[in-house]
Amino acid sequence: MWWLGGLLFIVLAPFVGGLLSGIDRKITARMQGRIGPPVWQAFYDVAKLLQKENLVVRPTQKMYMDFFLVFTIFTGVLFFSGGDLLLVIFALTMAGVFFVLGGYKASSPYSFIGAQRETLQMMSYEPAVLIAAVGIYMVTRSFQVAQIVHHPTLIIKDLPGVFFAFFFILTIKFRKSPFDLSTSHHAHQELVKGITTEFSGRTLAKIEIAHWYEYVFILGFVYLFFASNPVLGVAMALLAFFCELVIDNISARVRWQWLLAASWGVAFVAGGANILYLMLKG
Amino acid sequence: MIPSLVIFLILAPLVVALLAFLNRKVVPFAGIVYPAAVVLIGASLGLLKAPMGGQPLMIPAHAEWVEPAMLIAEVGLSAYLLLLAFKQKDWMVGALVAVQAALLLAFHFKAGDKIHAEANLFIDPFSVVMGLIIGVIGTLIAVYAVGYMEDFYHHHHEFQDERPLFFALIFLFLSAMFGVCFSNNLLWLFFFWEITTACSFLLIRYKRDTQSTANAFWALRWNLLGGLGFLLGIIFLYKGVHTVEMNRLLMAPKMLVLLPVALISFAGITKSAQLPFSSWLVGAMVAPTPVSALLHSSTMVKAGVYIVLRFASVLAGTSFGLVVALVGAVTFLIGSFICISQNDAKKVLAYSTIANLGLIIMCAGVGTYEAVWAGILLIIFHAISKGLLFLCVGTIEHKLHSRLIEDMTGLAHRMPKMAVMVQIGIAGMFLAPFGMLISKWAVLRAIVDYNPFLAIFLIYGSAATLFFWVKWLGKLLIIDREYKNIEDGISQDQWIPLGILAGLTVLICAGFSWVAKMFIEPYMMVVYGTSVNLGVGNIIIMGIMLGLIALFPMALLNRGKGVRVVPPYLAGANQGEGGREFRNALDGSQAMELKNYYLQDYFGEDKLMRLGVILGSCLVVALVLMGGI
Amino acid sequence: MGALSKSPWIIHYDGSSCNGCDIEVLAALMPRFDLERFGVINTGNPKHADILLLTGSINEQNKSVVKNIYDQMPHPKVVVAVGICATSGGIFRECYNVQGGADKVVPVDFYVPGCAVRPEALIDAAVAAVALLDKKRDAMKAGKA
Repeated sequence: MWWLGGLLFIVLAPFVGGLLSGIDRKITARMQGRIGPPVWQAFYDVAKLLQKENLVVRPTQKMYMDFFLVFTIFTGVLFFSGGDLLLVIFALTMAGVFFVLGGYKASSPYSFIGAQRETLQMMSYEPAVLIAAVGIYMVTRSFQVAQIVHHPTLIIKDLPGVFFAFFFILTIKFRKSPFDLSTSHHAHQELVKGITTEFSGRTLAKIEIAHWYEYVFILGFVYLFFASNPVLGVAMALLAFFCELVIDNISARVRWQWLLAASWGVAFVAGGANILYLMLKG
Repeated sequence: MIPSLVIFLILAPLVVALLAFLNRKVVPFAGIVYPAAVVLIGASLGLLKAPMGGQPLMIPAHAEWVEPAMLIAEVGLSAYLLLLAFKQKDWMVGALVAVQAALLLAFHFKAGDKIHAEANLFIDPFSVVMGLIIGVIGTLIAVYAVGYMEDFYHHHHEFQDERPLFFALIFLFLSAMFGVCFSNNLLWLFFFWEITTACSFLLIRYKRDTQSTANAFWALRWNLLGGLGFLLGIIFLYKGVHTVEMNRLLMAPKMLVLLPVALISFAGITKSAQLPFSSWLVGAMVAPTPVSALLHSSTMVKAGVYIVLRFASVLAGTSFGLVVALVGAVTFLIGSFICISQNDAKKVLAYSTIANLGLIIMCAGVGTYEAVWAGILLIIFHAISKGLLFLCVGTIEHKLHSRLIEDMTGLAHRMPKMAVMVQIGIAGMFLAPFGMLISKWAVLRAIVDYNPFLAIFLIYGSAATLFFWVKWLGKLLIIDREYKNIEDGISQDQWIPLGILAGLTVLICAGFSWVAKMFIEPYMMVVYGTSVNLGVGNIIIMGIMLGLIALFPMALLNRGKGVRVVPPYLAGANQGEGGREFRNALDGSQAMELKNYYLQDYFGEDKLMRLGVILGSCLVVALVLMGGI
Repeated sequence: MGALSKSPWIIHYDGSSCNGCDIEVLAALMPRFDLERFGVINTGNPKHADILLLTGSINEQNKSVVKNIYDQMPHPKVVVAVGICATSGGIFRECYNVQGGADKVVPVDFYVPGCAVRPEALIDAAVAAVALLDKKRDAMKAGKA
């Protein structure tokens, strides 16, 4: 039955991710005193993009985004079918690298600077994610997601610092302010659209869908910290998502220096201290 | 059969070296190097026939003349280096040479008659791995050098053509490297070790300009210091347990051999350019690129990590081991950070080599079976990918007349085949499921069990690794204007090794579980009685990933379908051919330029290197002091 | 309604103008009128946009820019000239460097009068524009098939 999770992910994640994205826009609009689009708006957008013409600067640039989508799905499948957490993270990196290379390949100043910043963002979040994996291993003695979810106690009880560091970089993965340096959703316009500037039509739709898959995967990772209590886990994942919306709406984009220093610093101080504590505790 | 093969591998390159040296434009260099390469590759593949399971095969290799010959060679070498040091007025080097020679002679005359080694040479799966790296990758680089040096003198008329010396040194070095990895007698190992130091020195100095000479002496200084540590280690070992044999050392009670092992590890640390000694390897990049590929990346610096990994089982669980691991960890972290701010491709490769060697040293210091397993895997993958990358950069430099990464924009159009190879090399260095990442994965698993805090160094270092490789990779892909293909005129001498290495990078990745089973597992079973199992599921997953990536070139066939090509968005001000220029404030046409991030203020070389030297010095002093107490 | 009409993304370009219409366009996106109710996003990137909103008149300086932005939009696309300047040149019509309305350089589908244009009129235009988008999509499909 190990494959069931992966299969469900492939089929359901776009719906969940797209819906989350729609809810995000609705809630954001309400926070700003607007009515906002329907919750299904994200699906409308993608449906529209699929019907539009596909403009490119370099004929090969779209392939990179195809592989971004494929590897993002691969990451999630690996995760939800209970694979090795480190391999999951490496696959995620692989997906991210394809995304960035697509931005480079487009050979446009805006996508180029977006790609640079996306790489910087990957460098910024990677320590926190790997520290989370290490911390989870120290508590559960396993890197296998299938075994981690069956850990009898709440993992977060031993890993508050690690969870905080992980939560901190969620903003980067959700592409929300203040860490939406490379590109952003909604109507933010700095650097045009950053890394996705030169992508349109089907390719842009694929990027959107990949982001939906990413959403679900990340929330799955959050769930892992509360896995012994599934109801709490889902609730906390949704709460984390809501917190991201609030943070998005109350903050402005920061410079990369701040991004790097903050995400590395938090991962080192909160995550590192937590790891050290666990180590000394034995 | 196998014993004579081992001896053949040590002696054959020596003969080739002599031939190359005596060859004054009688035969073209290809005429010497190609046959030699065929013989050496064939012979080293013959090593696969060595017994892999069970105890190492000991080879007595006794001959009356060997030891006196070595002593004479060593004294002669010392005299030569002393002379050069006086000429250069480098008193530090002079003093080190003198002290070393004096110590060696004293040791020899005092204990020389009593020293008896039952087996001078040996072979086991680990040395087979090293032998294959030297035999296959080393000779491939020598083949590459034939074409490269031809080009080199084409571009640089200012340097005197000394190719006989060059190839002689390369093959002398290969012989010494085979000696290093097959020696059981530590005095022999030390002899070969010093030969590699001397070859390295002479090859860095090869161009004979001021910069090269200065850097060569700088490298020599630190390697001699390490050599001195090595020699002291042997002397203490002999005093403690009355042996100079590696297999006996490994069997002796741990407490008695800790100090010698720490001293030899110190030698390994200098040889593989760990902090605080890293600067010599960066300076060594003045040498012609095949030298950097062969000595300063694929093989010689691996001798340092090889020896420390050999003694990993002694270091395991000791505070010495922890300090060695910390040296490696700090080097990995700082080396990776510095790479971010480097624009010079060779410097990126140099620092990344230092960093990866740090990773291996860290594994050795940790010393658990998982860590050593990962360390050997790292040696294999790094030798192949890094060798490939160095050679690519060498050729690119000749074609672009620059080795700055910023100048490699559009390489995918300018040198398409080369760009593919660079991409394979870079992917091999940091992307899943390629070699280095598999190894890093294994290292992380190993370290988490040993000391999770060390994992933090690894985690931050790998994050930096990701950044600098991706931005280099991206740079090759950008097509910001029309480029002409300038790939013509690269000789087959260069293409053949490049092609083979690129193929190997992919093949070894596909067959890494076979490599692990074939070479690493038997070694682990002998030393630790257990080995690492990554799990069939995980290996299948990595296979799937590799399969997915293999689809990428196929996707190229479908590239132009269903799209309309338009100029990049330039705020509506596109101009010029292909719309890649924009209208500037003076109504003129401005070409766009795309420059990578280097984050100089955060990851600047000077600042980080200073920090690294301070941290590294503290650790090395701690290592030596702990030995004293 | 097809998919296109539910997700009209706009790009807004302001030519020679007094900025009045410009500000009204932004006002239409603000909470009081909230164009995003209809799925409208102000993208600022021609390659993502479906509707080009042009305010202000066309002059020697910006005609190539307007043309360029139009060319970089993926089909199907709709152009809306917003305000009297974009429609005909308005009060700037007689200026030495003004060429006239937006239709001097790009094919305009809808003209929205007003000086400055009212947000209600803008919403009206947006609704009309999305209907046309669907039509153009159908034509595009038929053309391809």
